[in-house]
Amino acid sequence: MTSSDSTRIPEPPERLPDVAPSPAGTDPALDPGITDPILSVRGLSLHYGTKQALHDISLDIPRNRITAFIGPSGCGKSTFLRCFNRLNDLLDDVRISGEILFDGQSVFSPDIEINALRKRIGMVFQKSNPFPKSVYENVAYGPRVHGVRSKRVLDEIVERSLRAAALWDEVKDRLGDSALSLSGGQQQRLCIARAIAVEPEVVLLDEPCSALDPLATARIEELMKDLKESYTLVIVTHSMQQASRVADYTAFLYLGRLFEYGLSEQVFIKPRKKETEDYITGRFG
Amino acid sequence: MTKRTGNTGSGAVLTWLCGGALALNLVLVAGLMAVLLVHGAGYFWQKPLVQVETRDGSVHLGEPAGDEPVPGPDGSIATSTGRRIRLKVGNRDVTGRDFVWIDESDIVRRERPVDAWQLERLEWGNFYGFLHAIRRGDEVVAAGREQVGGILPRMIEQKERERREAERLERGPIADVNWALERLRIERRGLERRLETDPAVAGRLAALERERERLEREFSVLAGQLHAMRRTLDRELLVVETADGIRHEFPVSHVVRAIPVNRLGLAGRVGLYASRIGEFLTAEPRESNTEGGIFPAIFGTVMMVFIMTFAVTPFGVVAAVYLREYAGQGWLTRTIRIAVNNLAGVPSIVFGVFGLGFFVYLVGGTIDQLFFSDALPTPTFGTGGILWGALTLALLTVPVVIVATEEGLAAVPRVVREGSLALGATRFETTWRVVVPAAAPGILTGMILAMARAAGEVAPLMIVGMVKLAPALPVDGHFPFVHLERKFMHLGFHIYDVGFQSPNVEATKPLVFATALLLIAVVTAMNVVAIVIRSHLRRKYAGSAV
Repeated sequence: MTSSDSTRIPEPPERLPDVAPSPAGTDPALDPGITDPILSVRGLSLHYGTKQALHDISLDIPRNRITAFIGPSGCGKSTFLRCFNRLNDLLDDVRISGEILFDGQSVFSPDIEINALRKRIGMVFQKSNPFPKSVYENVAYGPRVHGVRSKRVLDEIVERSLRAAALWDEVKDRLGDSALSLSGGQQQRLCIARAIAVEPEVVLLDEPCSALDPLATARIEELMKDLKESYTLVIVTHSMQQASRVADYTAFLYLGRLFEYGLSEQVFIKPRKKETEDYITGRFG
Repeated sequence: MTKRTGNTGSGAVLTWLCGGALALNLVLVAGLMAVLLVHGAGYFWQKPLVQVETRDGSVHLGEPAGDEPVPGPDGSIATSTGRRIRLKVGNRDVTGRDFVWIDESDIVRRERPVDAWQLERLEWGNFYGFLHAIRRGDEVVAAGREQVGGILPRMIEQKERERREAERLERGPIADVNWALERLRIERRGLERRLETDPAVAGRLAALERERERLEREFSVLAGQLHAMRRTLDRELLVVETADGIRHEFPVSHVVRAIPVNRLGLAGRVGLYASRIGEFLTAEPRESNTEGGIFPAIFGTVMMVFIMTFAVTPFGVVAAVYLREYAGQGWLTRTIRIAVNNLAGVPSIVFGVFGLGFFVYLVGGTIDQLFFSDALPTPTFGTGGILWGALTLALLTVPVVIVATEEGLAAVPRVVREGSLALGATRFETTWRVVVPAAAPGILTGMILAMARAAGEVAPLMIVGMVKLAPALPVDGHFPFVHLERKFMHLGFHIYDVGFQSPNVEATKPLVFATALLLIAVVTAMNVVAIVIRSHLRRKYAGSAV
């Protein structure tokens, strides 16, 4: 616990020393017993300069399931998410230790091609970020940079991705319009379509509904349940209702540490840790 | 409540101050435009001809060109005793002066003679007077004011056709033969140089010589034709009379336009106005730029600005992308950025000198050595030309493009870049396929500013290729059709030349206003096109949520 951490969140938890350094498998509160994980995190710590943002996190992400990271603002859940596709590489001054295994291979390995990794682990951002291009070009952008040239194939990919993102019927007649002319919810679904157009295995969603109204949120949650048939989804949210509605597994992060990880019903109905209970019952956060 | 009133009070003062400054600016700009518009557009409007008889018995006929108080005995207006009028009397070949001042108090008679004519000529400016006769050799074709006035307009049209035909011959076949002869001469010189080492070129030389003789023969035939045409052209002489009865004659073909001014109705005047503006925009200058049109200057300005834009935009954009996207944002980058900004403040004549030394002498000289050595010592690219002018101005305006592009790039949100990277795109793909297109409006803003700056710049161009009168446009029918090495005319320099270097400054003053107005119109037109493109781009990407 460094002093800079305590300036961010005033109240340090009481039982900190017990839970912090435990590897997955030793504490039942941190190990839901996942077999055949697609992503395995082992002892991950992250520093911004001298400030430590993530402390020794270990967990497994199950294949074709929705896993949610919840926790109060500043707990490091977005930072954690951006480790999977190494988007933190863009920032100066970031040091990462520990390991993330993607299908058994380390994502931090120097042998790994970062662009190929990001093709396999797609991402949807908190603020919808369509490119200032047409709807069609937005979806076709990913396949294009990965070498698809044929107009026919691109047409197919665009239609399939937009259908998968439940957007096709709304935009099929205006594929040439600017993506920025769509509504906020449509833009976010377009970003999902764009992410799945490159056929990733994992889609990371960083608070995808925080800027949307309840109706648009409901549509995206519906969509996520459909998508888990084909993809592994990892979602960061600070809406506990959302996590309980869509996620199969939920991890609770607080002050850069993993406090509890398990099946969503268990985490929300019978939390094993006092901090988790305090958070989900709204006592802080 | 009192406190609030106090606050709004001081705020109101500040608002008024800012609004006042803006209003002052607007008034100045509007005033400038109004002056240009009144003087520039008024130049083409025909005023009635006035004939004035003074107390000493002299008679003057001309176009009124303003009046003012007569300076008093001590030379100041304050002691003025009356007004005097200025008359443009023309007839420079007869009287030697274009304008006369006449005191109102000296005038005994003032009238508007209905059969007074204004003859606009190729030489010596306007003639104001009365028609007397038309002669062809010793034969009198027409005599008397009525008869001459009846056939003169048709004859002028006929002469105009003949003149155009002669010009076509001169600029078409004759120019082609000259061009071919010049190419031949250059090729022959090159071959002669190689003859010592390579005897095989002798055959080619002989062929060239035969070709040259054929061209020379062709040329003399054409020259004979032209000569005959010119003789026919100048066959008819127009005999005229000035207001004070001096008889004078010149070829009918010298008259461009004959106007019985005081017989013109409103429709005639409007038609005349339109035809003069048309001439101004499309014709070439004559009489050392004091008469005729300014088409070559418009063409040169626009073409130079276009070449400059094509040079500066990619260059500036690439530099800005490196500075903003690739370079580490350390002290070196900051220093370079400051240096680039300061470059915009370097006096433009310094750029001209640099352009002369670097582009003209070094680059142009080297090109001549490598590719046009046969023509040396006559320089091809090693002398001022439209390309070097455009590139010099590109250097001058590149900071503007860099700064505007950098701002455009900085305005592209980080999440958009991350969105592209998260799809597995490389940094290069992200930059060129997402970030730069998104910054396009900013880039266009830089381009607009650069064009505006370049179109008005005169000083550096005077050293690197701009001339008072260019013999040919930089685009013509001879291969390779676009001649970037040619010298060119420019509206800005034309204003200076007509206004201050002309033999007849007083007569060309309105032309300065008209040309200035046109320069502004050209710059505005180019900017409007760019702004329309930019707003189209903005609309295309508008409506960004959140």
